Amino acid sequence: MSVKPDIRIQAKDFDINAEIGKLTKGRTDIGAVVTFTGLCRGEGDTLSALELEHYPGMAEAEITRIAKQAVTRFGLLGISAIHRYGKIKPGENIVLVIATSPHRQASFDGANFLMDFLKTRAPFWKKNHRADGEDGGWVDANDADDDALSKWGK
Amino acid sequence: MTIKLVYFAWLRERFGMGEEQVELPESVKSISDLFDWLETRGEEFANVMEHRKIIQVAIDQEHVQDSSTLIGDAKEIAIFPPMTGG
Repeated sequence: MSVKPDIRIQAKDFDINAEIGKLTKGRTDIGAVVTFTGLCRGEGDTLSALELEHYPGMAEAEITRIAKQAVTRFGLLGISAIHRYGKIKPGENIVLVIATSPHRQASFDGANFLMDFLKTRAPFWKKNHRADGEDGGWVDANDADDDALSKWGK
Repeated sequence: MTIKLVYFAWLRERFGMGEEQVELPESVKSISDLFDWLETRGEEFANVMEHRKIIQVAIDQEHVQDSSTLIGDAKEIAIFPPMTGG
């Protein structure tokens, strides 16, 4: 049976337990579930919010492309990802990735792979809103995120 | 050829618009031709195109790695800075 990634781009928050349930309910073949949640940092109280802009259509399409690669490469039984957009305050959720598989390594690797590629290939951009009201500007891309891709080969 | 150009993040802010329909000259065949043409559209475009080495492109919502890529019969070309999601 082919695995269909469940990829959603939304403004509203997500419920991690409910999302795990969607992947595992009624199944007895899953032995491992790995979740990754990315949150907004307050940067020592200097940040009032992040504003996430995205490219509607392509954001879903690109994460789906990456997720399909993860399914094939690691033999996942299921994968879902939710990425929020709009204004997100420190402490709030930004992104959720869940991978399921018969054994743990595939799920760890699948979630890690999806996040690494999502960081540099999913069309999202973060703008800082500073607590002092000054213009925080757009977040710069991080070289470490590019370097993270090298472990997956080409 | 009429095509939709889409801009994101600081490019959108600098250009003062998120998208526009443009009539591309016959001479614009590739992404680098498109950058050359955009550069001629005024000071703000010229300023932004100074960053063309880091600017990224998607044709019909798929990433393009090489600026020699031909535009062909694309309907939508997006131009944006390096992505910072996740």
